[in-house]
Amino acid sequence: MSDFLMPALGADMEAGTVVEWRVEPGDRVRKGDIVAVVETQKGAIEVEIFDEGVVSEIVVPVGTKVPVGTLLARIGERVAPQPAAAPAAPPPPAPVVTTPRPVAAPAAPPPSVTVPAHAKVSPAARRRAAELGIDLAAIAGSGVDGAVTLADVEAMMARVAAVPAAAPTPARRTGFDPALMRRAIAAAMARSKREIPHYYLSHTIDLARARAWLEARNAQQTVTGRLLPAVLLLKASALALREVPQLNGTYVDEAFRPGEGIHVGWAISLRGGGLLAPAIRDTDKRPLPDLMAAMRDLVARTRSGGLRSSELTSPTITVTSLGDRGADSVVGIITPPQVALIGFGTIAVRPWIADGQVAPRPLVTASLAADHRASDGHLGALLLNAIARLLQEPETL
Amino acid sequence: MTAITYREACRQGLREALIRDPRVFLMGEDIGRYGGCYAVTKGLLDEFGEERIRDTPLSESAYVGAGIGAALAGMRPIVEIMTVNFSLLALDQIVNNAATIPHMSGGQFAIPLVLRIATGGGRRVAAQHSHSLEGWYAHIPGLKVLAPAVVEDARFMLAAALADPNPVLIFEHVMLYNIEAELDPAVSEVDIERAKVRREGDDVSLFGYGNGLVKALAAAEILAAEGIAAEVVDLRVLRPLDTATILKSVAKTRRVVIVDEGWKSGSLSAEIGMRIAEEGFFDLDAPLRRVCGAEVPMPYAPHLEDAALPQPQKIAAAARDLARPPKGSQ
Repeated sequence: MSDFLMPALGADMEAGTVVEWRVEPGDRVRKGDIVAVVETQKGAIEVEIFDEGVVSEIVVPVGTKVPVGTLLARIGERVAPQPAAAPAAPPPPAPVVTTPRPVAAPAAPPPSVTVPAHAKVSPAARRRAAELGIDLAAIAGSGVDGAVTLADVEAMMARVAAVPAAAPTPARRTGFDPALMRRAIAAAMARSKREIPHYYLSHTIDLARARAWLEARNAQQTVTGRLLPAVLLLKASALALREVPQLNGTYVDEAFRPGEGIHVGWAISLRGGGLLAPAIRDTDKRPLPDLMAAMRDLVARTRSGGLRSSELTSPTITVTSLGDRGADSVVGIITPPQVALIGFGTIAVRPWIADGQVAPRPLVTASLAADHRASDGHLGALLLNAIARLLQEPETL
Repeated sequence: MTAITYREACRQGLREALIRDPRVFLMGEDIGRYGGCYAVTKGLLDEFGEERIRDTPLSESAYVGAGIGAALAGMRPIVEIMTVNFSLLALDQIVNNAATIPHMSGGQFAIPLVLRIATGGGRRVAAQHSHSLEGWYAHIPGLKVLAPAVVEDARFMLAAALADPNPVLIFEHVMLYNIEAELDPAVSEVDIERAKVRREGDDVSLFGYGNGLVKALAAAEILAAEGIAAEVVDLRVLRPLDTATILKSVAKTRRVVIVDEGWKSGSLSAEIGMRIAEEGFFDLDAPLRRVCGAEVPMPYAPHLEDAALPQPQKIAAAARDLARPPKGSQ
């Protein structure tokens, strides 16, 4: 028996709303299966499970907002009934069994349940909010026991409609609320600047070789097979982190914890404002075409609302690339509890001295914002230098 | 046009039935020479004679059974039971015979029996004469259960009950006999199928019957003074319940207070609340509330009896908490 709890999909998340269950009691689940969709300030996230077993009970119904750590569902044993006294031995992967419990055996007391502090919403308010596509979490209740009432929902709708620029909000199940996301970013960034003593480094990198290699390679590819320069920056960053692992990980409880693997959080801006940096797992181990596909997929899912919980929780560092319409360089703010952020400004052709000659070269300014509690500037410089070196050997990326 | 009492309306209904249909006769304890313990049948013995106004021995089982037999044989008996507490002595006749014979005979036998039963508290006659057990009868398939709360229903429900081939129980609340109202000359009959909105409102629905309706209407007055518009629904027919009218009001106000002198546990109020939960759940904007009789045998002392019964202030308080929840109630 294990408990499936509301995950913390980010350091600043306090509560989430279950908007969809992908499993029912009796369904068998395996590690990595998506079992639910949870609405957070960062949008609708597909939540994976990290246990195996058979879903025995859905505890929190769809539409309910609960704090992080609340019991969402119970996962039952995956074995046939055993003597009740026997401690649960690690069972072999058994055939699908919808665990009938041994009736005759003395019933074990049910595991103690921490009753979740449900947000109270009247049935009429819940139905109306669903019709209007209004996020109940944003509404303060004025009803009995502080419950959100129909009038509260309609007052919120009136406020939303009164905002001049706001387009009519279609009813939707997924997606995110820009106002809530702004609040989430505000909380995370304020915390970062409050708690993390940042240091900043920057380093200009000549991309002539990388660009030439890329153009030659892309010329042989169909449109879909072509690579963008950003993928080289991403891969070079990931490989450089192998050399400087002290910048890949998290700072928790006054100690640096190295990341288990290099999972770069790739910063993706959203069209309506706001941004997310979901992880590309094992960035350092993936070939370029695979990374390119992963980036495209991530951008699409970030903007349409289809991210998985692990993608939001697993980044070990963030990389942001400002792209064609950006600025020369970025001085970043670290996403807690990570310890570093690598930024790339816009690639631009500028004067550069090579072999004693001034020559036009495509340059990019790589920058690093790092947590001085976890590392010192010397390590940071090693990382930026490693990135620069790797980008001079694009064929090895 | 002059107002008449609920008691007088009952008597007029009985007189009309006796005049219209020679098969109609009255039976009950002290209904003849004494005129009925609540004086409803006063004067009828003189007018219609002993054949049709029959005093019975003090045996509810015997005379209710006799009434069932008479109904089976084609008569139209109207049997009075002094108080619902005493009707328990006839429970076997009512539940095992009256309610079942039409069904067990495959419809060969109708039982057009009407039972008039006084019910309810407030008269300082203690726990063996003051209870509201009509909810028990509303549990029984095969019976129709009516609860006239207004003079018009007291006047006209009897005719509809006599016209019904099923046994019909009419519960007359003892605190209503002295209320007065003018009858609308345009009205000469009422239905015994539907609940009725007695007062319109948008903020909260008060469901009641019998004297509970009167209390609910008084509560609505209190609430109106505070700017809360209560809708008051007279259930009238306790079996079969008019769920459609109940749900319509719930959909309108989204807030519900159910008033019932009966005890909460296993009660008619529980049934009404559950039907709302089953069929009107998504219309609700607040929890269901009930104002019911205190779960004690009815006290004799006046102040305790008053405290044990639903009162307008309690009903208004329950409705107020739903329509205007106190701040900081979480």
